[in-house]
Amino acid sequence: MADPPIWLVLGASSSVARSFIRLVAAEGGEVILAGRDLADLEASAADARLRGAAAEVRPFDAVDLASHALFVAALPDRPLNVLLAFGLMHPQAALDGNPELADQVIRVNYQGAVSILARLEPLLTAAGQGAVVVLSSVAGDRGRPSNFVYGSAKAGLNAYLQGLRARLARHGVSVTTVKAGFMDTAMSYGLPGMFLVASPDSAAKACFQAARKKRNILYFPFFWWLIMAIIKAIPEGVFKRLKL
Amino acid sequence: MREAAAEPGWRRDVFSGWGRLARAEMLAARPERASELAGILAAAGSEGIIVHAGGRSYGDSALNAGGRAILTRRLDRLLAFDPASGLLVAEAGVRFEDLRRVLLPRGFLAPVTPGTAFATLGGAIAHDVHGKNQDRAGNFGAHVEWLDLMLPSGELRRLTPADRLFRATVGGLGLTGVILALALRMMPVPSRFVTVRERRVADLDAFLGALEVERSRAVYSVGWIDAQAGGRALGRGIVEAADPAPAEAGESYAETRGRRFPVDLPGFVLNPLSIAAFNALYWRRVPKDGRERRLAYDRFLYPLDAIADWNRLYGRRGFHQFQALLPEPRAVRALLEACAASRAASFLAVLKTMGREGAGLLSFGGRGHTLALDFPAGRGIDELLGRLERLVLDHGGRVYLAKDSRLSAAGFAAMYPRLPEFREMLAEVDPEGRMRSDLARRLDIRRTA
Repeated sequence: MADPPIWLVLGASSSVARSFIRLVAAEGGEVILAGRDLADLEASAADARLRGAAAEVRPFDAVDLASHALFVAALPDRPLNVLLAFGLMHPQAALDGNPELADQVIRVNYQGAVSILARLEPLLTAAGQGAVVVLSSVAGDRGRPSNFVYGSAKAGLNAYLQGLRARLARHGVSVTTVKAGFMDTAMSYGLPGMFLVASPDSAAKACFQAARKKRNILYFPFFWWLIMAIIKAIPEGVFKRLKL
Repeated sequence: MREAAAEPGWRRDVFSGWGRLARAEMLAARPERASELAGILAAAGSEGIIVHAGGRSYGDSALNAGGRAILTRRLDRLLAFDPASGLLVAEAGVRFEDLRRVLLPRGFLAPVTPGTAFATLGGAIAHDVHGKNQDRAGNFGAHVEWLDLMLPSGELRRLTPADRLFRATVGGLGLTGVILALALRMMPVPSRFVTVRERRVADLDAFLGALEVERSRAVYSVGWIDAQAGGRALGRGIVEAADPAPAEAGESYAETRGRRFPVDLPGFVLNPLSIAAFNALYWRRVPKDGRERRLAYDRFLYPLDAIADWNRLYGRRGFHQFQALLPEPRAVRALLEACAASRAASFLAVLKTMGREGAGLLSFGGRGHTLALDFPAGRGIDELLGRLERLVLDHGGRVYLAKDSRLSAAGFAAMYPRLPEFREMLAEVDPEGRMRSDLARRLDIRRTA
């Protein structure tokens, strides 16, 4: 039997990615850790190796779009699974009056993600197998005054993933959009108004299982499906008067 | 909903020691990368900062009420392991549980481990912890080849046992800076099991005699003591001795499934009567003629870990832990008599031998017996703990700081003769006093006055 696909983890320093890599390692899998902080990634790679994985580190910068083609060209000629775990969130208050920061949020969460996925698509198609899991957010389900720059970038990403999913499905590749609620990560740590926060370990497990089951859309934790169903159902006329 | 945090990256929360008595509201940062630490230390104002890692110290050593804390649990990666030498390099937030899961299947065990696998390696250095093999293996610090310490100034240093600062950091209660990583010499073991011999002992003389025999022949030895039995039964208990078990062909190993203690028991459940009844039953758990069993390391080393949150057993009020090293056996009798005479009840009382000094200036070690007691919080406990402190002092012993919640500054200074050296070291590496904890204040370790 052919080797199982290598997991390419983009944004491998994030806490969900770290937990995910340990799950891959526990099964003796192979993983490529991609991100900017190479010293940090080397530490995670060493940890993964001691836990049973074959692991290597590659420099990757989501916003350096020009580098993406080369990054993809240098990947090993083997079937891939992809976990896209990079993201950037600033509180809306920090973005107001600071359009450059808003640009950055869009560049990381939307442009960066689309750019790298578009370049990975031919590889995935050619392999005719594999799973793509993208960490997105419930914030993309509806633009709320408290978080709509981030939310709009994730909404764009979610729409892109719908198209990509339909196209790759014909080639035996699954695309899972993980619509995450509040997670206990460095990105959200210390922010006000968090509740029912999920651990990175549990999020990683959900991503791992979603890839295996070739899920399309995963609300995580699951009850966010209900919360977002309600929020989406509110008529715009009412919604604009709510403080959300 | 919580109030907005004053600064991004910091969160205000209430923390407690494992005994749940000491509580502190702190502004905490939780770095995921070592590169964030210097900035975090720089943010420590006059209220100071302390590392809070596994949260398994019983008292106030990882608390800094009104000040700041660094949560290091996410700095938890294994960095290198050489099976030829057994040398492991790991980040300080790694827990003994991680070592057991990853390295025990490869035939290596932590050479010294505390009674819970949920303690971190950094915490093990900061308290220079010991286990059931202290007699032979000494404390944790004796097996550390080097450690990386970030000084309060943000400067990073690699320290070896030859460095004075190493001796201040081992057992240094986190007051010399932030331990980032360490190299630990792991111990090869033939299997994932120990052979445990248990027997009942009827009184203190028999207990001490049995421990004396075991300290010279067994790798691990420990005794559970019925701290409520008085009179002729004073010091009755169960002595356990264990050695690494040889591998057996075809033996399989299954992880024990953890349980969680679901609720805070109402405070009245643990009272002197119920504990006395429990202790009497527990004593009879082991057959009269003793028994020998093969047990997985985790069940032998970490019996309480099988029940998560077991500290809820004591209810919301929490409990005191008390552990002292007693160089003379007659001091054991004196302490037990004081316990039996008081109405306080202890049911996780442990007596074992110690054989070696620790490497640190404030290490808990030396030759003698160590008695560990727990008391549900309540009236009269303070007086009893004060009495025990004086008894320990009178007998030339010392109290273990990782478990302490009540020791006086004067008592502490008398028990730890190398404190002046430690203070000198602190004045050198932390002149501004950035590292602070409730324990350091209580024991006047910095001597601010």
